[in-house]
Amino acid sequence: MQPAEHVPPSYLTDGNTLRSWLATHDHKRIAILYAVSITFFFFLGGIAAALMRLELATPAGDVMSAETYNKTFTFHGVVMVWFFLIPSIPATLGNFLLPMMIGARDVAFPRLNLFSWYLYVTGGVFTVACLLLGGVDTGWTFYTPFSTMFSNSHVMLTVVGVFVVGFSSILTGLNFIVTIHTMRTTGMNWFRMPLFVWSMYGVSLVMMLATPVLAMTLALIAAERLLGIGIFDPALGGDPLLFQHFFWFYSHPAVYIMVLPAMGVVSELITASVRRKIFGYHFMVYSIIGIAVIGFLVWGHHMFVAGQSMYASIVFSILSFIIAVPSAIKVFNWTATLYKGDIAFGAPMIYALGFVGLFMLGGLTGLFLAATALDVNLTDTYFVVAHFHYIMVGGAVMAYLGGIHFWWPKITGRMYSEAWARFAAILMFLGFNLTFFPQFLAGAEGMPRRYHSYPSEYGLLNVLSSAGSVLLAASYLLPIGYFLWSLRFGERASNDPWGVEGLEWTTPSPPPTHNFDVPPVVTDGPYAYKHP
Amino acid sequence: MNASAPRTAEQFDDAAQQRDAATLGMWAFLATEVLFFGVLFAAYTVCRVLWPDAFASASRHTDLTLGGIETGVLLTSSFTVALAIRDVQLGGRRLAVFLLCSTAALGVAFLVIHGLEYYDDYKAAVIPGIRYEEVGGLASQQRLFFFLYYVTTAFHGLHVAIGVALLLVMAVRTRQGDFCPESHTSLEVTALYWHLVDIVWIFVFPLYYQVGRA
Repeated sequence: MQPAEHVPPSYLTDGNTLRSWLATHDHKRIAILYAVSITFFFFLGGIAAALMRLELATPAGDVMSAETYNKTFTFHGVVMVWFFLIPSIPATLGNFLLPMMIGARDVAFPRLNLFSWYLYVTGGVFTVACLLLGGVDTGWTFYTPFSTMFSNSHVMLTVVGVFVVGFSSILTGLNFIVTIHTMRTTGMNWFRMPLFVWSMYGVSLVMMLATPVLAMTLALIAAERLLGIGIFDPALGGDPLLFQHFFWFYSHPAVYIMVLPAMGVVSELITASVRRKIFGYHFMVYSIIGIAVIGFLVWGHHMFVAGQSMYASIVFSILSFIIAVPSAIKVFNWTATLYKGDIAFGAPMIYALGFVGLFMLGGLTGLFLAATALDVNLTDTYFVVAHFHYIMVGGAVMAYLGGIHFWWPKITGRMYSEAWARFAAILMFLGFNLTFFPQFLAGAEGMPRRYHSYPSEYGLLNVLSSAGSVLLAASYLLPIGYFLWSLRFGERASNDPWGVEGLEWTTPSPPPTHNFDVPPVVTDGPYAYKHP
Repeated sequence: MNASAPRTAEQFDDAAQQRDAATLGMWAFLATEVLFFGVLFAAYTVCRVLWPDAFASASRHTDLTLGGIETGVLLTSSFTVALAIRDVQLGGRRLAVFLLCSTAALGVAFLVIHGLEYYDDYKAAVIPGIRYEEVGGLASQQRLFFFLYYVTTAFHGLHVAIGVALLLVMAVRTRQGDFCPESHTSLEVTALYWHLVDIVWIFVFPLYYQVGRA
C-alpha cells in the first residue's frame, strides 16, 4: 500500500458515482467511456480473428463449418471496422485532446457528444444481439443481391446496428468541426494548430460527408428486405452494382477515417521524440486536406472486376495513384523531421516508427492493387487482406496504441512501465509482420480469401501466419496488464513528464474538469522547440 | 422579469461564440442531410436512365393536383417561419407565436394531404411490398419508381414531422419569452432546418410528379 497522498482535484475526482460518469458532459470522461467500450469490441473482434487463424492453421476445414466461418469473418469485419477502428482515435484521443490542444474548456456541444456515445452503445447492442442470435454471413460489405435476397442470417439487425453507429460517427465529426471553428483560444489561429487537430478536422469532414451515404444505403437494404422489392434487385431491372458504388463511396473514405487520425498521432509522437519542429508543417496540413478530399474520388478501385465501365476503372486507377502523393509527402516529412535528430526511443516512438514502416508497406502494396491489370490477378486473394491489414492494424492500431501510451500519463496521471511497454511495442511489430507478411505471399500465389479450407501447398504460409497471430494477441493483452497495474501502482505523472510542447502538457495530469485554470494564450506555432 | 437574458452554456466564453457554434452546427448538419437525401436522388437518376419509359408511365400515377397543393403549403410555411423570426428580431412575441403555430399547422396539413395521396395509391394498388398489382409490360420496372418514391417521401415526411415538433417547442419557448432580438439562435437554426425540409421537397416534386409526364 502506498501512503495516502494529497490528490489535487481533477476530472477523475469530480464525482465518483456511476451516474456522474453515465450522465457526464465532460469531453475527457466521454473519451474514457469510449475507450472502455471500444476496447471491449476490440477484444470481441479479436476473438473472431483468433478463431479464423485457428481454422486456417490447417488446410482442412476442421474447426468450424464453412457457414460458421462466413459468420466469423463477417463479425470480425463489422466489429473491427465500425465498432473499433472508426471511433478508435477520434472518439478517445480526439475527444480527450482536441479541446485541450486548442485551449478550450470542452467541445462545442457536450450533450451531443454524450449522445454520440449512447448511439455507439445502442448500435453495439444490436450487433452483439445479432451475434447471440446466430450471426450474419454477408461479409462486412453487405453486397447485394446476396444481402437483400438470399442471406437467411440476421442481416436486418446488423444493418440497423451499423446505421445507428453511423450517426454516432456523424455527430462526433460535426462536433469536432464546430469546435475547431469556434472554440480556439486567443492566438490559436489555424496555422498554429497541432497536426493532430488538423487530422481531426480532416477526418471529421470525411465522417460528416461520407457516413450519411452509408446510412441511406443501409436503409435501402433494410427496405428491400422488408418490402421484398428494391432498386438493387436485378430481377426487377434494378442495379446491384449501384449498391457497390454507394457502399464504397462511404467505405473508401472510411479507410481515411481510420488512417488520417493515425497520421495525426504519429506527427505528435515523432516531433516529441526528437524535440523538433515538424518538417514542412504547411505541407503536412495540405496533405491531410488533400487526402480527405481525394479520398472521396477513388472508390471505384474496389470495383475493377465488378463489371464497371473500363473508362471508369482507368479514371479511378489514376486517382488512386494520385492519392498516394500526399501520403508519400507525409512519410518524407516524418523522415526529414527525424533526420540527424537526437531521437529518444520511448515506447510511443517505437509504435510511431512501426506505423511509418507498416503504413509504407501497406501503401505501396495499395499501388499494386490500384493498377487495373495487376488487380485482376490479386483481387479477392490474401494479398488484399494483407494490404488492408497493413494499413488498418499495422497503421491505425499501432498509432492508436502509441497515442494511448504517449498520453496515458495525461489521461490517468500515472506512469506505466516503460520496459514492458517497449517490449509490447516490439512484440507487436514482430507479431504483426509474422501474421500478415506471409499473407502477401499466399495471395500473390493465388490463395483466395474467405474460405475456411485451402490446398495444402499454402500450408506453411498459413502456419506462419497463425503463429504470428499468437504473438500479436499477446502484445495486445500485455498493455491491458501494465496499464491496469499503473492505475494503482504507477508513479504519479508531472504536468509534462516527457518534457514536450503542447497546450495539453501545460495543465496538470490528470487535468481539472475545465482543463485550464486560466484560458491559455497562444503566441507561437506548434512544436516550438528551442533547438531546431 | 428578465427571463429572456441570454444564457451562455459553460463551455463558451460569450453569447456570440455560442451563436456562431450553434449556427455552424446546424449548417454542418444540413450538409449531412444533403448527402443523406443525395443517395436517393442519385438512385433515382440511375434508375430513370435505365428505364425511362417505365419511370415516365409510373410518374403519371402520382397526383399532380395534390402534389401541387403540398408544394404550395410547404412554400407558404417557409414564408411564415421567416416572418416569425423577423417579428422576434423586431422585439415582437405574440405575432411570432401565431406564425410559428401556423408554420407547424401547415406542416401538419402537408402530412395530411400526403396521407391522402398514400391512401389513393393504396386504392390504386401501387404501393410496392404492401399492395401492388402488376399491369402491363413495364410493371416490374415501374415498381422501382414506386419503391424510390415511397422511400424518399417517407424519409421526407419523417423530417417534416420532426420539424413540426421542433416548431411547436419553439412556439412555446417564444411564448415564455426565451428569445429577444439579440438572442434567438435556437429559433434561427430551427428555421434553417425547416427550409431544408422545404428544399428537399422542391427537388422531389418535379422529379417524381412532373418529369416525363406529358
